Amino acid sequence: MIRVDEKGFYGKFGGAYIPEMLHPNIEELRENWESIIATPEYQAEFQMLLKDFVGRPTPLYFATRLSEEFGAKIYLKREDLCHTGAHKVNNTVGQIILAKKLGKKRIIAETGAGQHGVATATVCALMGMECTVYMGSLDIERQKPNVERMRILGAKVVPATSGSQTLKDATNEAMRQWINNPVDTHYIIGSVVGPHPYPEMVARFQSVISEEIKWQLMEKEGRENPDAVIACVGGGSNAAGAFYHYYNTPEVRLIAVEAAGLGVFSGKSAATTALGTPGILHGSKTILMQTEDGQVVEPHSISAGLDYPGIGPVHAHLFDVGRAEFVAVEDEDAMKAGIFLSRTEGIIPAIETAHAIHALNMIEYQKDDVIVINLSGRGDKDLETYIKWGNY
Amino acid sequence: MNRINYLFNTKKERVLSIYFTAGFPELEDTLPIMEAIQAGGADIIEIGVPYSDPIADGPTIQDSNLIALENGMSLKKLFDQLKGFRAKIHLPVVLMGYLNPIMQYGMEAFCKKCKEVGVDGLILPDLPMQQYQDEFKELFEEYGLFNTFLISPQTSEKRIREIDQNSNGFIYMVSAHSITGARTGISEEQIAYFERVKAMNLKNPRLIGFGISDSETFTTASNYSNGSIIGSAFIKKVKDAKNLSEDIQEYIQSVIS
Repeated sequence: MIRVDEKGFYGKFGGAYIPEMLHPNIEELRENWESIIATPEYQAEFQMLLKDFVGRPTPLYFATRLSEEFGAKIYLKREDLCHTGAHKVNNTVGQIILAKKLGKKRIIAETGAGQHGVATATVCALMGMECTVYMGSLDIERQKPNVERMRILGAKVVPATSGSQTLKDATNEAMRQWINNPVDTHYIIGSVVGPHPYPEMVARFQSVISEEIKWQLMEKEGRENPDAVIACVGGGSNAAGAFYHYYNTPEVRLIAVEAAGLGVFSGKSAATTALGTPGILHGSKTILMQTEDGQVVEPHSISAGLDYPGIGPVHAHLFDVGRAEFVAVEDEDAMKAGIFLSRTEGIIPAIETAHAIHALNMIEYQKDDVIVINLSGRGDKDLETYIKWGNY
Repeated sequence: MNRINYLFNTKKERVLSIYFTAGFPELEDTLPIMEAIQAGGADIIEIGVPYSDPIADGPTIQDSNLIALENGMSLKKLFDQLKGFRAKIHLPVVLMGYLNPIMQYGMEAFCKKCKEVGVDGLILPDLPMQQYQDEFKELFEEYGLFNTFLISPQTSEKRIREIDQNSNGFIYMVSAHSITGARTGISEEQIAYFERVKAMNLKNPRLIGFGISDSETFTTASNYSNGSIIGSAFIKKVKDAKNLSEDIQEYIQSVIS
């Protein structure tokens, strides 16, 4: 069985390796989140917002030309059509209602590409809560439109100036600020990472993706289970959501797509399972890219959303027990796949998502297999990267 | 007998513990800094093992960690430097570091090496009590290493009692809601917390850290505890030192006098 145990472990991975200063906050969450989200009152508000604010259910779209091209039945789960342009908002809607029920007044969040930051700023505006987003100063430079979106929504964007000045450092900074303001502040983590209960809580909020795939596929194909589900993995929140209701259905292949950057062994990569070893990062035991001495290695990917040196503990477990297949896609191939999808289906995907599209070239499948690709985000935020790359 | 126990058996008040980052400002400064801390009159030496992602530390200690790593510091290197240090240093020595580098070294190999070179205790800020009990307690005890836990103003009385039961050596009281180096001065709210914990009559001695930087803050905090810990303020002194040994001794004397 793939599931989290009482102490927050998925097999060998997970747990809550946090400074004592955060213990009361984490305990408060751990003790309350499941009972709060189970109340009819919570569910009514959550379901209403998912429907009317986020725009769910998102379509499960049969990609005709893509299917012809690959000789399989390929469906795209259109998370790119969510409000704010990616699946991230499923989680921020879930957590903001929870934060309100816990009586919190302020929200903090980390962001890499800015998608989670925008999704957090959006729900804070919706609820009238104060919002501070920590973002690596390098990412602030390369993701200007998202920085301005957050500011327009009323959030404060604070640069993380330590280390590589990217997502990892933004996460460090958000944790430090939570230590500094533990009483009235809730930290909305954007991926299935961090100390227990975050990885399971975020996965649960994202699990609406596979919940919908099941009934939508039943309508279209007369079966709940596809032959394979493909999703890209940075920290792994969209993948966790797309895999969640299939974890324990072994006939459904789970395919996790990591970013190989300039090549898995180029020294400029974010292919965590290919390069990483077990260790502790951001409060949980997982697989991470590190030196022999246990210092965290700076990753590289053309997509800021996959530019992270670890993966969520559930993915480390899926990898460890062989439940999911992991492949790694290089920058160049992802960019080409992004253009290819744009011209085949009229959908410009986020570069993160484009990695998952390219994976079709790397896996084996039978003719007429039903394959669902989680189209986690749209490419508007990446226009500058597409333009710079220029090869279209 | 563990040197930490011996210290608190003989000295109950105004114990001063000094933290420094191994490998900062220069790679080979570890032993000279330890000797200067001892000569200056401090009571405990806390050696910080540098880490790329120190989530409980503010900018001063973060920077010292990064520079130490750039200088080539690692646990292997540190243990090489510590070989034979007991010929010169009689103070209790505690290693402070984040779990990941230690896990990669191997927890048992690490404990064994600590015992071999003469380390007395550990402060591992991202090792929670539950994980300690489940995974490491027996190992630490086998190698005679004391483990220090942190408490903060938010820690409940029940949990402080549990931590007291599971600690040996001393308890590290984080003085406020904060990471290291974030504060100056001590507020009334903090004093209320110091008094609350003092009144609990814990079995372990308590040292107060975070926000202690000079004679005044040291004296105030020590009035409500067995002593204090200085980290960020010491790192700043070391960073700006003209003559490392003299400046360290002068600083420590200015704090304890």
